[in-house]
Amino acid sequence: MASALVHVPATAKRGEIIQIKTLISHVMETGYRRTSLGAVMPRDILRLFVCTYNGEEVFRVEIHPAISANPFFSFTTVATESGTLAFTWTGDNGFSATESVAIGVE
Amino acid sequence: MSRRHFLVAGGAVAATLGLGLAPARATPAEAQEAIRRVTGSAPIRQGRVTLELPPLVENGNSVPLKIAVQSPMTQADHVRAIHVFTEKNPQPYVAVFRLGPRAGRASVETRIRLADSQTVTAICEMSDGSFWSGSADSLVTLAACVETG
Repeated sequence: MASALVHVPATAKRGEIIQIKTLISHVMETGYRRTSLGAVMPRDILRLFVCTYNGEEVFRVEIHPAISANPFFSFTTVATESGTLAFTWTGDNGFSATESVAIGVE
Repeated sequence: MSRRHFLVAGGAVAATLGLGLAPARATPAEAQEAIRRVTGSAPIRQGRVTLELPPLVENGNSVPLKIAVQSPMTQADHVRAIHVFTEKNPQPYVAVFRLGPRAGRASVETRIRLADSQTVTAICEMSDGSFWSGSADSLVTLAACVETG
């Protein structure tokens, strides 16, 4: 199981713009590198990152090999209501990871 | 064949082989083509998009990139997507960030790979269908993608 780190403020004021930072451990093998014997190392990357806020999608990244290993994303969203922020990463070879964080909005 | 000629010829062969093994690189023209595939025939205007990229990079495997777009991010006027392109990586298309009025601010950060010293371009797609572009240059001392594992 891949380990993912997500940073979301625990509480926010209604209408406040909050910053979200995510980091996941993943090799992001580009498919352009070769082993010392000259064989191409097959591509193994994340393809998609999605963030939903109480089920509604607020942010998405479509990923290509030029994103660094252990992909890091930082973005913002408006704190609309208390609930759950869910994060999903999907990629090659059936890779899938999810993480969710609760947020309290006053 | 004298020894000198032999060495020169051998060097040339080695250089050719070396080139043959080098990974494929996209050209600025291919980057332009990739951008056109996203924007179609719509005009691309300069401005509104700011890229923060270190001007000198020691390790191309992980280069911090921050993109901010001037936009009120309201339902009527917001950023729909930010596309990132490089001109000399094997594949010019780096990523696309899709956001909307719920983002509050059009500002994203990530870390990218740079295979060479080059220009990184961000194309921003607005809710009114217009495209805006910004770019930044970076000098890379240790390139990504080329080393063997």
